Amino acid sequence: MSIDRRQFLTVGGAVLASVALAPGMRLIELAQARSPDEAVTSLQRWGMLVDTTRCAEGCSACVTACNKENGLQQNVRLDIRPQWIRTVTLRDEHTGYVQTLPMMCQHCEEPPCADVCPTGASFRRADGIVLVDRHICIGCRYCMMACPYKARSFVHENLTDQRANVPRGKGTVEACTMCVHRVDEGRIPACVEACNSDGGKALTFGDMKDPASEIAKRLATQQSEEIRPDLALDTGVRYQGL
Amino acid sequence: MKSIDFREIEGRSLGYYALLAFFGVLVLIGLGAAYYMETNGHHVTGMNNQIVWGIPHVFAVFMIVSASGVLNVASIASVFGRTMYKPLARLSGLLAITLLIGGLTVLVLDLGKPDRLIVAMTTYNFKSIFAWNIFLYTGFMVVVAVYLWMMMERRMNVHTHTAGLAAFIWRLTLTTGTGSIFGFLIARQAYDSALLAPMFIIMSFSFGLAIFVLYTMAAYNLTGRPLGDAILRRLKNLLGVFVASVLYFVVVYHLTNLYMTAHHDFERFILLDGGVYTALFWIGQILIGSIVPLVILFHPRLGGSRRMIALAAALVLVGAFCQIYVIIVGGQAFPLILFPGKIVSSSFFDGAIGQYRPSLPEIALGIGGVSLALAMTTFAIKVLPFLPASLADSDVDPHQAAVKATETAHA
Repeated sequence: MSIDRRQFLTVGGAVLASVALAPGMRLIELAQARSPDEAVTSLQRWGMLVDTTRCAEGCSACVTACNKENGLQQNVRLDIRPQWIRTVTLRDEHTGYVQTLPMMCQHCEEPPCADVCPTGASFRRADGIVLVDRHICIGCRYCMMACPYKARSFVHENLTDQRANVPRGKGTVEACTMCVHRVDEGRIPACVEACNSDGGKALTFGDMKDPASEIAKRLATQQSEEIRPDLALDTGVRYQGL
Repeated sequence: MKSIDFREIEGRSLGYYALLAFFGVLVLIGLGAAYYMETNGHHVTGMNNQIVWGIPHVFAVFMIVSASGVLNVASIASVFGRTMYKPLARLSGLLAITLLIGGLTVLVLDLGKPDRLIVAMTTYNFKSIFAWNIFLYTGFMVVVAVYLWMMMERRMNVHTHTAGLAAFIWRLTLTTGTGSIFGFLIARQAYDSALLAPMFIIMSFSFGLAIFVLYTMAAYNLTGRPLGDAILRRLKNLLGVFVASVLYFVVVYHLTNLYMTAHHDFERFILLDGGVYTALFWIGQILIGSIVPLVILFHPRLGGSRRMIALAAALVLVGAFCQIYVIIVGGQAFPLILFPGKIVSSSFFDGAIGQYRPSLPEIALGIGGVSLALAMTTFAIKVLPFLPASLADSDVDPHQAAVKATETAHA
């Protein structure tokens, strides 16, 4: 096969242009991804969708995974044991219909815990994850009074064997962090991972603001609801089949 | 009217030192209890993840509410110009400061991280009522201290009315802030009501005055200074009006809830089948704390007896304690309603009545706080002239004084 000079120049130019432009295109892609040192932005909102119809009674895969991931000891008296996620059983007063679902911090857009916190230790990250800054929490427990979902626990006892990724402290309040340490590495929360592998695949995690994400697509096309929608808190955790 | 002769108490008797030592020991026990809870963690208390605020908060709120209310006696003199209350104004201001310090001490020492108090004083979230309260409480102490200075320094007396007015407005704001700690909690059935702020204000009137009456009677009794019937009669009538007003607010609060079907379960819990909370409400708050004192205070014969007045004031305080216990602990014991129409259960006590038994260290901390307030007051009246040498009828009541003067002139 032979090519004339004109063809050579055309193909050669195109190849050269691609080689020159490719890093630039790659840069745009990189600019959209977030490096670990970069601040989170409100361009994302992390959320979770719970399909309660797939949540089987007696299954506690999400709870076990959460306790393991975050180093929550289980040898603590039940009434003071921190529980970041729990399974709640509902029985309809009139029909007797029973269902099970996981409850945890609902990561509100307008979190009452952050409103009442005197020091600002309870806060909502720009990407929607509600956290407690253990360095400025004074342990007043006002957030626990204010949370409508009973999502928070107070650390009543000395802690041992803490996870390096999950700072905790006696005398401070804590709750589900949506596994922020994993999310920041591009991974999904431990409960979601466990539910997918060992449970009923009831949990979907993702960026609710990314129209291409599974959670955004499902929220846009299927019915879902918040718990206590009357409070208008715009929760990041939504439920189906309630 | 002749000028009031304020004098320090002598305070050299064995009894005086014994009293101070007694309070001192209770304060030390309270501090020890706080240290014990702090080092071990809150698992040694009765509090848990269901009842997060317990007896320490009942003591703290009781004292903070009373602190603002006890200042009323001074306000009646300085702001509303009732001369008969003027001799009582200094003690009223003093008790306001000491009770507030006592209450705040308990509150702070119950924090999970009391060592981080400096964080609370330097890092603020201004949407939090707690953050406002830090300013309202510290500001209150400054305003009342200035007010006391205006009253006690002859050169400054002309400013007493202005300072008294400022302190009066401040104290109303402060109690609004305390009531709003609960009033602004949207999540819970017991709270989330604008009624709580004014109710806390009227509660402060009643509790504060009861403490004032008891402290005055005790101080004058123990120092052997004359205390006339005229002033006691005024105070006990006022106390009766305040107790009735609190009762009115309590009735309106529950009637409002009873009208709303969504609140029926909560009302049933407090009024009918809440066990200890129902008992504390009906027997402690309503019977012992409201009805019996009202009968005593307005009874033609009983109301004239000093012992009965003291008893009535003490019962008001017992009722006050029960009332705050029912509001704070009872309000938390009733579970959050996440799924209306569903019977809920979980390992985290969803849908279950919260269990709480006050532990000894918590109670010791609370008593330590009360003792701190009483010790500071009892010490202060020795070093500065807070108490009038006499509260005899002829010295405090302008009419009595006039009658006496006429009699002397005729003689």
